[in-house]
Amino acid sequence: MKVPSLRAQAVATVAVLAAGFALVFFYAPLDAEGFIQKIFYLHVPLAICSLAGFVVAGIHAIRHLRSGDAVHDARSYVSIHLSVIFGIAVLVTGSIWARAEWGKWWVWDEPTLVSFLIVFLLYATYYPLRYAIEDRERQARYASVFAITAGAFVPLNFLAVRLAEPLIHPRTFSSAGGLPGSMLLTFLVCLAGMALLWLSLVRFELAAKSASARLSRLRRALEGEAYAPPPAGSRIAPGIPSRTASASWMSDPTTPRI
Amino acid sequence: MRARTSSFRAFEAILAKDLRVELRTLQSVPAMVLFAVTTFVLFRYGLDRSALSGSLAAGVLLATVLFAAILAINRLFVAERDEGGFDAIRLAPVDGTALLAAKATALVVYLLVLEAIALPVFAVFFLDSWAGLAPLAGVLALADLGLAATGVLVSAIAANSRARDLLVPLVLLPLLVPVMIAAAGASEPLLAAGGPSYGGIAKWLAILALYDVTFLLVGYAVYDFLLED
Repeated sequence: MKVPSLRAQAVATVAVLAAGFALVFFYAPLDAEGFIQKIFYLHVPLAICSLAGFVVAGIHAIRHLRSGDAVHDARSYVSIHLSVIFGIAVLVTGSIWARAEWGKWWVWDEPTLVSFLIVFLLYATYYPLRYAIEDRERQARYASVFAITAGAFVPLNFLAVRLAEPLIHPRTFSSAGGLPGSMLLTFLVCLAGMALLWLSLVRFELAAKSASARLSRLRRALEGEAYAPPPAGSRIAPGIPSRTASASWMSDPTTPRI
Repeated sequence: MRARTSSFRAFEAILAKDLRVELRTLQSVPAMVLFAVTTFVLFRYGLDRSALSGSLAAGVLLATVLFAAILAINRLFVAERDEGGFDAIRLAPVDGTALLAAKATALVVYLLVLEAIALPVFAVFFLDSWAGLAPLAGVLALADLGLAATGVLVSAIAANSRARDLLVPLVLLPLLVPVMIAAAGASEPLLAAGGPSYGGIAKWLAILALYDVTFLLVGYAVYDFLLED
């Protein structure tokens, strides 16, 4: 299957998101909770895409460890990066919804939001973890180990938190009969839009990294000995290496290891 | 006599070495015990209570044990990194998981010794009845396995990094939240004011067991990648 060009995918993302929001505001019926309920169409797709992104990152991490190809590490890094950003949006929209529903900005007896907070806090440590390891290949390997461990942690965490709290998070899918047809359609379109947004942002970020890595390689080839790579700790994000260059050329061998 | 595989002999040797070193240098366990007792005092004043029961008691005890465990986890692989232990295990014709298993077992031993001292101190400080202590020790032992499983992984990752002491608590604490939830859930009825009760404890023990198995398996699966140079 031929992958669509990034431009086509970006256009499709904007179109589907616009359609989704149009449905939210003009088509979906009002619930008993009123207009604020419509944040559900933003909050839940963000949450689903974020969690799916963490799982995808774990899969890329497994592929990276098995093949040693740094491309998978770059994909894993970017997936976690975007899922963490989506996670911030989940927590903010969830907080707004909680404020409207129950009058408080944060509620502890609401297991899905709390589980998500814990998962978010865990993945947020991905960055200091990468910063702390200087050797590029080791950094990539350890990051992949972390992504796999964290991926195994997510379902356990949700199980544990759910058992700890009485259930008052809106169970919109398991109420009798599920969502009515119009709400389900709106939700699915919004979910598709968010998924496309996530995929497009991942591709954009990977393309940007690939371009800057190629630029660095060209500069190095041009300037030779005069080329000064950025200091080892200042860029933690993995560049996308060419198949011929070694993945760890960016690590500075003279930096002292503590 | 049953023939032993070289991996098992390596595991035994590393475990014996670690325990012997700890016995001679006493660098982890006394610090953990002192930390735990001081933290109990802090909690007494922080919560403004001289008697604890139920969820408060479970929370104070488990939070203290968790933070004391981090003290031990911080220094679990330091000697290996400084003295070339990682190289040695790479060169030796044994499975790298022998090192993982030995370190995890050593950590469990440290935690058991900690609890053997801290639990009676906790009871003397805060509890009215000692009846719940024996089943509580069982819950703590199960939690120790989970602490060891994830602690060894995070310790190995952090051992080769720059901000080692910062990284361990940062990465480990979110990973330990399910252990805290399940252990506190199981401990709370054991420490109830009217005496221990066992209602609903099975599901928390099941979660602890599931956590232990999951992270022991994950550690076994990924460990070789942590040992690579």
